[in-house]
Amino acid sequence: MNKNLIIVVKSIIWLLALIPVVRLFWLEFTNDLGANPVEFIEHSTGTWALVFLLVSLSMTPIRLLTGQVWQIQVRRLLGLWMFFYACLHIITYVWLDFNFLFDEMVKDVLEHPRILVGFAAFVLTIPLAVTSNNVMMRKLKTKWKTLHKTVYLIAILAVVHFLLLVKKDLTEPFYYTAVLLLLFGIRIYFKYKTNVISVTNKK
Amino acid sequence: MIIVNQSKQNPSDIQSSEITSKTVFDNRRQFIKLAAGSGLLAGAGLLSLKAKAANISGGVTSGDARLVGRANAPAQPIAALKKGEIYNPRQKIAGVKKSAYGKGLEIDTYKNITTYNNYYEFGTDKSDPAVQARTFQPQPWSISIEGEVKKAKTISLEDLMKLTTLKERIYRMRCVEGWSMVIPWVGLPLASLVKWAEPTGNAKYIEFVTANDRENMPGVNSPILDWPYTEALRMDEAMNPLALIAVGLYGELLPNQNGAPARLVVPWKYGFKGGKSIVNIRFVEKMPRTTWMKAGPSEYGFYANVNPNVDHPRWSQSTERPIGGGLFGGRIRTKMFNGYESEVGQLYAGMDLKKNF
Repeated sequence: MNKNLIIVVKSIIWLLALIPVVRLFWLEFTNDLGANPVEFIEHSTGTWALVFLLVSLSMTPIRLLTGQVWQIQVRRLLGLWMFFYACLHIITYVWLDFNFLFDEMVKDVLEHPRILVGFAAFVLTIPLAVTSNNVMMRKLKTKWKTLHKTVYLIAILAVVHFLLLVKKDLTEPFYYTAVLLLLFGIRIYFKYKTNVISVTNKK
Repeated sequence: MIIVNQSKQNPSDIQSSEITSKTVFDNRRQFIKLAAGSGLLAGAGLLSLKAKAANISGGVTSGDARLVGRANAPAQPIAALKKGEIYNPRQKIAGVKKSAYGKGLEIDTYKNITTYNNYYEFGTDKSDPAVQARTFQPQPWSISIEGEVKKAKTISLEDLMKLTTLKERIYRMRCVEGWSMVIPWVGLPLASLVKWAEPTGNAKYIEFVTANDRENMPGVNSPILDWPYTEALRMDEAMNPLALIAVGLYGELLPNQNGAPARLVVPWKYGFKGGKSIVNIRFVEKMPRTTWMKAGPSEYGFYANVNPNVDHPRWSQSTERPIGGGLFGGRIRTKMFNGYESEVGQLYAGMDLKKNF
């Protein structure tokens, strides 16, 4: 895939990725965020962070399945949009939801596994965002790859965070869990396959 | 109920004659047991208020809460449905007595109260019930009374609304999920219905069984909860003047998504205690296991009293977000018993509320 096409793909991602946040501003403007606007924004930004996480995690499986490599070039962009929505999610929590009541937030994080798990996921995302540029990539060399494997853990934590939120109807978080498991499954399958191939080649 | 003085109202707008104190209640219990033993039971309106004095002194009264209630209540708060008519939640309820209760509280908008509902029978998203409950038919409706009562019987919605003068009650509603609303209910004290039901001395708890309509309630077709949804109260909780059977809000009939045609409102407990669309009331001797107790025994207890000092594994209970505050409304500190401590605190005297959550 040539350079121009990558630019087109990246522009499309930018436009699509802006829709959810623009929508939130629009809904607030038209007074359509419902009875509990803070909860609405919290759920929306959290959901979109998870969506971008899963989309960025699906780039490698797509490469494995299709043999194409261009997806890898947009993976960073998708990851950064995940970080963007995760930041909005946290800002909503700290500002709109808890209005900087730090004692209550500390209690909330420590006493509720759901919040603790989500908070841990966010904290783990920060080093990934910070080291996502080319300079850091070059500096860290092989360590970069190891560090960025944290994304799998982040994904698991994010899904658990969602599962723990729901009182009883697990349908919605279940869909996200299923997608994550599928993505993991594809990777494991290919890893197993290449291992088998390399072993047979050695023989 | 005998309305003694309409102008002098205590905060909960309950006439002093309506209040059954714990002692009186216990005494009456004692008497019921005695009476049962000595054959005095027959014919006595044992839990009716009129009978109170007579009961304690050991006499038998012909007092009948139902008839007394009728004499004072408006003739017809709502009309029975005519042929071809369907339940109209925008119908005004006639003869509702205003109350001083909830003065100073900022009442939530009709829109917020009717579009933000936890009613899993109509879907698990809070915006679902307003849409999914449209085909539900809450009239004609009747509630059957069973279990430890003198005689099993049934009461129609229209008769329920004539048991006593309907009252407006502006209550805070605190959801276990950490948000709250202020709702202007219309209803009758649960105590009035209990008295009419005439429970026996064995009745220690009262269980509410709610509608389980597979055709019009999409939620009951999936096993999210153990349907039908049930809730329960201890008898003294049920007799507390704050406990309400709501039949309306904002002076009109209840919308389907708010639990039409009749639901329980227990303002000092988390919102899920308020069973909606009640079809059956059972008086029982043993503490019933409620739907949420079965769904999550470590998360939901029988009492479910609003308590900022007892945390929930998912949500902080020390603060809450009042609905209607917009984006920057913030949180407020949650009050013990949702701010109704002076009215209900004595019900739990000596109990370990961390254990009995």
